[in-house]
Amino acid sequence: MPAAMPEPILELKDIKTHFPIHRGFLFRKQVGTVKAVDGVSLSLRRGEVLGLVGESGCGKSTLARTIMQLVPTTGGAVLLEGKNLTQGSSASVQDIRRDLQMVFQDPYASLNPRMTVFATLSEPLLVHKVCPPGEVVARVGQLMELVGLAPRFMEKYPHEFSGGQRQRIAIARALALQPKVIVADEPVSALDVSIQAQILNLLADLVRKMGLSLVFIAHDLSVVKHISDRVAVMYLGKIVELGSATDVIDHPQHPYTRALVSAIPVPDPDVERVRQRIVLAGDPPSPINPPFGCAFHTRCAFAQEQCKTGMIPLKSFLNREVACVRMGEI
Amino acid sequence: MPLLKVTDLRTHFHTRNGVYRAVDGISFQLERGETLGIVGESGSGKSVTGYSLMGLVPQPPGRIEGGTAIFDGVNLLHSPPATLRAIRGKRISMIFQDPMTSLNPYLRIGDQLIEPLLIHEKISKPDALKRTLAMLEAVGINDAQARLRSYPHEFSGGMRQRVMIAMSLITKPELLIADEPTTALDVTVQAQILELIKKMQRELGMAVIFITHDLGVVAGLCDRVLVMYAGRVVESAATRTLFHHPRHPYTLALQRSIPSTQPKGSELFTIPGMPPDVSKPIPGCAFAPRCAHANEFCATLDPKLVTIANDHEQACLRVQASEI
Repeated sequence: MPAAMPEPILELKDIKTHFPIHRGFLFRKQVGTVKAVDGVSLSLRRGEVLGLVGESGCGKSTLARTIMQLVPTTGGAVLLEGKNLTQGSSASVQDIRRDLQMVFQDPYASLNPRMTVFATLSEPLLVHKVCPPGEVVARVGQLMELVGLAPRFMEKYPHEFSGGQRQRIAIARALALQPKVIVADEPVSALDVSIQAQILNLLADLVRKMGLSLVFIAHDLSVVKHISDRVAVMYLGKIVELGSATDVIDHPQHPYTRALVSAIPVPDPDVERVRQRIVLAGDPPSPINPPFGCAFHTRCAFAQEQCKTGMIPLKSFLNREVACVRMGEI
Repeated sequence: MPLLKVTDLRTHFHTRNGVYRAVDGISFQLERGETLGIVGESGSGKSVTGYSLMGLVPQPPGRIEGGTAIFDGVNLLHSPPATLRAIRGKRISMIFQDPMTSLNPYLRIGDQLIEPLLIHEKISKPDALKRTLAMLEAVGINDAQARLRSYPHEFSGGMRQRVMIAMSLITKPELLIADEPTTALDVTVQAQILELIKKMQRELGMAVIFITHDLGVVAGLCDRVLVMYAGRVVESAATRTLFHHPRHPYTLALQRSIPSTQPKGSELFTIPGMPPDVSKPIPGCAFAPRCAHANEFCATLDPKLVTIANDHEQACLRVQASEI
């Protein structure tokens, strides 16, 4: 661990986001709970890129929405520079929006098709009164240049842009209020490889230039490794491994991370055809009735009796934190 | 004789905004048991190639403008419907990207699986059911007997893709066209499905056309690869050759823009600009406006696919002239 660690800008303390399942119409009653996020603690340092990976349904998007306060938390606290976002009036949440912004996966769905680029980008400026109305046009132009779009396209509509350009507009919108933290939920998953590379370069560049902190969510581990300083691996609502991107992805320790890393195809036929691949059987269990003990024990090759009971906490192991009781033995 | 020989296939879409030349003169052939990868970005025409072979191009607005696709002596593009019906769904079958939308939500899995058998083979219903059951077990679905009565929504994405694979392989086809079958799936499930396709291919000895944008998947699965750009093939080679000695600037650029091939944190290689609009005439090489090596001839002369080494073709004029 480096001696002078930058202070955390965003802290998550034992976040729980549960969704009730109701049955019935007249006599509605709760019949179960989806534990989408179940006890996640993380901290994001100033200027850091934190990657969040996991399969669909592991709760990574719900965690992103919880950070943004787009869904109510069931328990725990989200602290942005020490201020707790989970308690507070909607007016104070409005204030927080300036510091905390989000970029979504699908740039076809996240931009309003009836709003021009100018309307999209000027709205946050006007709502939050960040500049005098006379300067809005100039600010929008600067924002567009920042993300690599020519300001002359200001009066165009989203459908006139390609997927990559739309994602640039979405990023410009997130940057409009000069936030401190951006949560990007699969921002490159919908894009082609050559366009994906452009957007990754842009995000890395913005983090460096503007001193942003970024929570970067993706299911593509090679993308996450490339851009992130640290990586958190989620499985069924919990973090199972957390450490530096190179440690976690090049030398994974948790059996689930090992399987996840091993599943990525390597773009080299000589390597890809001879390497041993860990193929997990079946699908992740349902988060409605997650297994007792370690949630991964149903698919884990190393599971023993001790894995099936009790809470498995994150413990330090080889420069990282791992939630597996058999670390060191396997 | 190759199992499938496609010559100068051209599929265009006639819309109010002009003629989109989605596939514009591609040729390739496929031997029995061989796996051919078709890679390219969105809009490169790789899926339309698959649809054209299966007769799934909506006409209008689509139109097969020319070319032949000879499958075991039959031209798939111009033959009586009855001849084609006996081939499609029996000797050639296709699986699609999205297993959520390619199964009928109103029909039980068993009823959907058994349909190709009842249509294409003289088989009694009990025998067909037996084969259906065996097929479901072969693709790794537990408790297959009970699952026959389930509806698609009761399955997860990976399971639905397994059902799709079972359905497409139940008639023991000689050719499987797989159009991005793992793109919508998680990596761990993708690994399962790729293993399954390999296993079924070994057992049935079928040829596979695997359409994807993921070079990693191609590396592990395919014998040969076609790289498509703006409706044309720009390079075609054996997989090892294509990965270790790519010659066309587009293939090179595509390879260099994958994060896992680059040092962590370095600036990724990007291809400037965007793919061309295929509804406008493209003089010269379609990739020239984005190519670092393009000169004045590239923008005017039409590049042809030329064999540069054993089983290695590519369509860059400057490579052909040994300039780069």
